Amino acid sequence: MQSLMGIINLGEPTNSIRELTQHRTLGAVPFGSRYRLIDFTLSNMVNAGIRNVGILIWDRYGPLLDHIKSGKEWDLDRQRDGLFLLPPANSGNGTLELKGDVANLYRNMAYLQKSRQKYVVISGSSMICNMDYGEVLDYHLAKGADVTIVYSDTMGLAQNPPFTSLVTDDDYRVLDLAINPQKGKGEKASMNMYIMAKHTLIELVDHCASRGKRDMLTEGLLPRLREWKVYGYPYIGYVGEVNSLKNYYKHSMELLDPAVWQELFFKKGLIHTKIKHEPPVRYLPGSSVRNSLIANGCIIEGTVENSILFRGVRVKKGAVIQDSIVMQKAQIGEDVLLKHVILDKDVKVSAGKRLTGDGGYPIVIHKLAEI
Amino acid sequence: MGRKECVAMLLAGGQGSRLGILTKKLAKPAVPFGGKYRIIDFTLSNCSNSGIDTVGVLTQYQPLTLNSYIGIGSPWDLDRYSGGVAVLPPYVRAQGGEWYKGTANAVYQNIDFISRFDPEYVFVLSGDHIYKMDYSRMLQFHKEKNAYVTIAVIKVPWEETHRFGIMNTDETGRITEFQEKPKEAKNNLASMGVYVFNWQILRAYLEADEADPESSHDFGKNIIPTMLTSHEDLFAYPFQGYWKDVGTIESLWEANMDLLAENPPLVLNDPTWKIFAVNQSLPPQYVGESASVICSSLSEGCIVLGEVEHSVLFLGSYIAPRAKVVDSIIMPGARVEKNAVVEKAIIGENTVIQEGAHVGCPNGEDWMMIERNESGITVVEDNIVIPANLQIKKGAVVSITDWPEFPEERIS
Repeated sequence: MQSLMGIINLGEPTNSIRELTQHRTLGAVPFGSRYRLIDFTLSNMVNAGIRNVGILIWDRYGPLLDHIKSGKEWDLDRQRDGLFLLPPANSGNGTLELKGDVANLYRNMAYLQKSRQKYVVISGSSMICNMDYGEVLDYHLAKGADVTIVYSDTMGLAQNPPFTSLVTDDDYRVLDLAINPQKGKGEKASMNMYIMAKHTLIELVDHCASRGKRDMLTEGLLPRLREWKVYGYPYIGYVGEVNSLKNYYKHSMELLDPAVWQELFFKKGLIHTKIKHEPPVRYLPGSSVRNSLIANGCIIEGTVENSILFRGVRVKKGAVIQDSIVMQKAQIGEDVLLKHVILDKDVKVSAGKRLTGDGGYPIVIHKLAEI
Repeated sequence: MGRKECVAMLLAGGQGSRLGILTKKLAKPAVPFGGKYRIIDFTLSNCSNSGIDTVGVLTQYQPLTLNSYIGIGSPWDLDRYSGGVAVLPPYVRAQGGEWYKGTANAVYQNIDFISRFDPEYVFVLSGDHIYKMDYSRMLQFHKEKNAYVTIAVIKVPWEETHRFGIMNTDETGRITEFQEKPKEAKNNLASMGVYVFNWQILRAYLEADEADPESSHDFGKNIIPTMLTSHEDLFAYPFQGYWKDVGTIESLWEANMDLLAENPPLVLNDPTWKIFAVNQSLPPQYVGESASVICSSLSEGCIVLGEVEHSVLFLGSYIAPRAKVVDSIIMPGARVEKNAVVEKAIIGENTVIQEGAHVGCPNGEDWMMIERNESGITVVEDNIVIPANLQIKKGAVVSITDWPEFPEERIS
């Protein structure tokens, strides 16, 4: 895909998932036993043959930079093109008083201009799916569109604003965009992924920036729906948007469905992530594991059911973990009970403790906590 | 080329013929081990963890898998501007050129490679063993003893001394005598095939050895005994820990099973001494609703829906509902279908055991048995399909090249 470049915009609201984003950007939230959210979008881009990816960073980016490093695991440490970390607007010499997407893109206009690719796909970092952007570009070209917006009919993301609903005609041309509407929730829900020619993006950014506007969607695209050909691309396949704690838990648990697991991890391409060189999982005497995803480096002596264990988790004898998500390097002591719990990284739970949340409202234990 | 204090030469050209069909298409160091590794990962990781950043890997037998596996050495941090890993196969020269005739000749033929780094010391290592060892400590010992050569040794059970090169030492650790596979050993210190030499000394001996038409150009048989008779300062460096030559089907199987102990003799979960391997970006393993996994080791990409007991499952292997795998090694990408049973067996990469088949069956039919394996471990070759409901007798070695009537549609 020589003609397509990718931009991942990390500027996503985190208020509804603040328990897991206190010190990290949404894209860096651990997900699916050995990944971080951004791995899905980044891998989708790379698997579609995109070799030039810019990541628009905003704040709390420490864990993300540590995760991405040179981009080698995604095959993006390239002599030509490769991975570019695009700093936020406030890191410049600060004469421009703009905020939002527009400002961050405007700040990195030089990167856009010098990139060789004719088309650009822009995405957030929190959509869990296995998508071929090559197919979206083909659609975009076939429609002769100025802008193509990827949407899903099944995502059902209405509970968690902000979301954008598309109104299209029978030919998928977008007639209207509604931000957080009360009516028509979740139909043709935008997946916040856009394909357009690079010059179109530059024009949008420049137009907005030079008029003091902040939001590309409402202030850039919405007023142009008559003038421009904006199309919706109906994405058919599993998609989960992780924009709230509730959704994080829901979409995590959906991974335990082998059909979802197969589609996400094997369908179009593999999902790449940072390599940790952890050894295989050891199932010791006394262990009992059912319906769970386990990452390498775990040592299990207890019971694990309907749960997701990240790399290097230690489960001692007699411990029971049910319907829970246990992030990297947690140590679960003897006879501990965890049910409906999300443990952030490096948590220690000492012997005999019992923590139970609710299926609709799991307890979150913050990073490095000792219980 | 910048100067390096020490360079490692890793002997990886061996066929490992006693591993039979497992090394038909790849050299012994490339044989998969321990769920996600290849044997050579241990030595390469030891180099990396010991701070040795210049490694020549001498390849000869079936090098394709090994070459592409090693690549530029990134997984072991051996992609370096100065030094790094170099794969060194034999090559043609202006005056002929020839295959590596023995371990010493292999290093001899790469004197130019070593000289580029003008090292003080050269490690000669083998890519055939499973162990974790800090070579920097051995080098420290070598320097303290002012030795010309230091050979790592490990205590082996007395009854096994006849299988090893035995080093007899005085009380200071100086080697006084070397017995190759002795009938009556005077000592139980076996050579681990890990040597550190002062490069100028080694170079002189290699050149002399090359000129000797009687020599078989082997470190154990020629170089070390010659050095001993010349009264050079040879020292034995006592190593404590796990070390295993996985040169036979039985020892390969045992070494894998060793990982399953509650307190395994070889700890892979040590963050300070990681064993690095090429990563395949496979998803986390999934253990299903009806699955049962007991005393086993599973790796990324595995799907277990059936029963697994006391077994090592490699990357991306699949165990169907109601299938049963016991005391076995399932290589990468292999599948065991519904109601199939695999007992005390090694199943090759991407091989499929179809529904209801039984591998390692005590009373199985003999017609499929190509050769008997004394250890009772059944071995099934890579990339084949064992038909549904077929029983394969315990100890059989199933290979399609030795079995010309093997139906083509059964090649997976």
